[in-house]
Amino acid sequence: MEVLFRLKKSPLAMVGLLVVILLVVVALFANVLAPYSYSKQHLTHMFEGPSKNFLLGTDEFGRDILSRLIYGARISLMVGFIAVSIALLAGGVLGAISGYYGGWIDNAIMRVMDVLLSIPQTLLAIAIAASLGPGLFNLMIAVGVSSMPQYARIVRSSVLSIRGMEFIEAAHAVGSSDMRIIFKHILPNSMAPIIVQATLGVAFAILNAAGLSFIGLGIQPPYPEWGAMLSGGRQYIRDYPHLTLYPGLAIMITILALNFLGDGLRDALDPKLKR
Amino acid sequence: MKPTAKNDRIPAPEERLLLEIRDLVIHYETDDGTVHAVENLDLRLRRGETLGFVGETGAGKTTTALGIMRLIPSPPGVIKSGKILFEGEDLLEKSEAEMRAIRGDKIAMIFQDPMTSLNPVMTMGKQIAEVVRLHRKVSEKEALAIAGDMLELVGIPRERIHEYPHQFSGGMKQRVVIAIALVCDPSLLIADEPTTALDVTIQAQVLNLMKKLKQQFSASMILITHDMGIVADICDTVAIMYAGRVVEYADKASLFTCPVHPYTVGLFDSVPDLEDDKEELNVIPGLMPDPMDLPQGCTFHPRCRFAVETCRLEKPAMREVAPGHFVACPVRAKMLREHPEQNAGNEGEN
Repeated sequence: MEVLFRLKKSPLAMVGLLVVILLVVVALFANVLAPYSYSKQHLTHMFEGPSKNFLLGTDEFGRDILSRLIYGARISLMVGFIAVSIALLAGGVLGAISGYYGGWIDNAIMRVMDVLLSIPQTLLAIAIAASLGPGLFNLMIAVGVSSMPQYARIVRSSVLSIRGMEFIEAAHAVGSSDMRIIFKHILPNSMAPIIVQATLGVAFAILNAAGLSFIGLGIQPPYPEWGAMLSGGRQYIRDYPHLTLYPGLAIMITILALNFLGDGLRDALDPKLKR
Repeated sequence: MKPTAKNDRIPAPEERLLLEIRDLVIHYETDDGTVHAVENLDLRLRRGETLGFVGETGAGKTTTALGIMRLIPSPPGVIKSGKILFEGEDLLEKSEAEMRAIRGDKIAMIFQDPMTSLNPVMTMGKQIAEVVRLHRKVSEKEALAIAGDMLELVGIPRERIHEYPHQFSGGMKQRVVIAIALVCDPSLLIADEPTTALDVTIQAQVLNLMKKLKQQFSASMILITHDMGIVADICDTVAIMYAGRVVEYADKASLFTCPVHPYTVGLFDSVPDLEDDKEELNVIPGLMPDPMDLPQGCTFHPRCRFAVETCRLEKPAMREVAPGHFVACPVRAKMLREHPEQNAGNEGEN
């Protein structure tokens, strides 16, 4: 509650939050909000610009771009949030174990993470997606696994900084077990950097997924993923720029909103600014 | 449950013994060498007694306390040998799970700095209730009710149970820490410099509270401090620690009126006298030895004005110089035997 209160002080963050909430609502109620089905082809209305019937125009098969964007929000947001959840869960557990126990376990885990970090993230995602094959679920795994090392590092460093504090020693002294200390005492105290990174990470995951779809490794047609829509429209960019413009804008606005929100959360959760 | 002590270095009425530490050795094994934090330490604590544990920073007081809790950070800390008999059972032979059941329940600890020893994102009530739920089969609601009772017992209104540590002052936080320590009715309370981080007026309040509650809960207490005033105020017996060993162990009255070990004498000499208008304090010459490189024989001999040749060679054993008064200094013990009229401590020459 306190965080929300402080978040309110930053107008940009509030804009970001509103846009994100709006997008989530749009994604949830896509079938109600979209005027047409995402795959319905209006073959007599191909490449049409914005009009009363097709608010954002139609694409090369006469499909309504607005409807496809609305359904696309579903997939893009899902990929973003689930990929980050995968990354956060896997990276978080590894990072927490690494930071808490230290020693050779720490070394083993973090060296593997370092190897993963040494590969450019997009390239790693491409490699994973290519080896798993295209598809929604594989896309999420590819994007998630490729960003896992960052979360492992962040969680590890926050666990390390909290682990040495006296109240952790005090928790040992009242007989708490290791798992209890990690989950009840350490993680709640290290949430701030993790939340911030995850918010920014959703934006990055959406971008990454769009990139993978763009090169054909992600969502397959006719499913409307924003990156795939960009990719499909690029052949016609000279004559019909609206095919790429609107998905591009959708990606941009989403990323921007998530970044505003992430920055705002970072400030709101910064204990130094408390009181 | 009587511990059968064979090497009676600190004999005491056995049936009332709560804690007995025998020959405890704790090392920190670092890359630079081995730190001899605790060397051949012997200690006894009777039920209901308050033991003052006095020594300089680095003498091994906290390490001993953490050793009793089996909470020595490892690596680098290693308990090399010895026995810690608590209610007749050796804590060093317990499994980690058994120790977890003892910590917070039978042995509780109060930490030095209340500012950092409470979890900043958990309400006070939950922090107290957590300990109850770890050791007693009660529901969350019952545990919170117990937590509320404890808060009132330490003089904090029950309504503040849902507040966070940053909403409390230092003295109040330490009261909560005390509540956490006592909530499971422990038989041993270890307080590691509980008032060092508090200002003087609050110190007195907290000490009085501890004194009162200790009696109310009929717990024994080990009080780690370097403040002789606190020792005089609430302890029954005192152990003086120097470079990882107990050098003198006696009941309070006997220690304060007749300190025997040269280090203890030096400690008392260095306390400034209000009546005396002196420019400089009496200090013990030299510094505490490097715990990585302890001197041979008696660890105090390089700073000791009574040191003789044997001090350099032999580790002094604890000897009883008066009933219940043990000293690890054969030289002073002998002097005292030969000149019993000579009241030690009142001959400050240095």
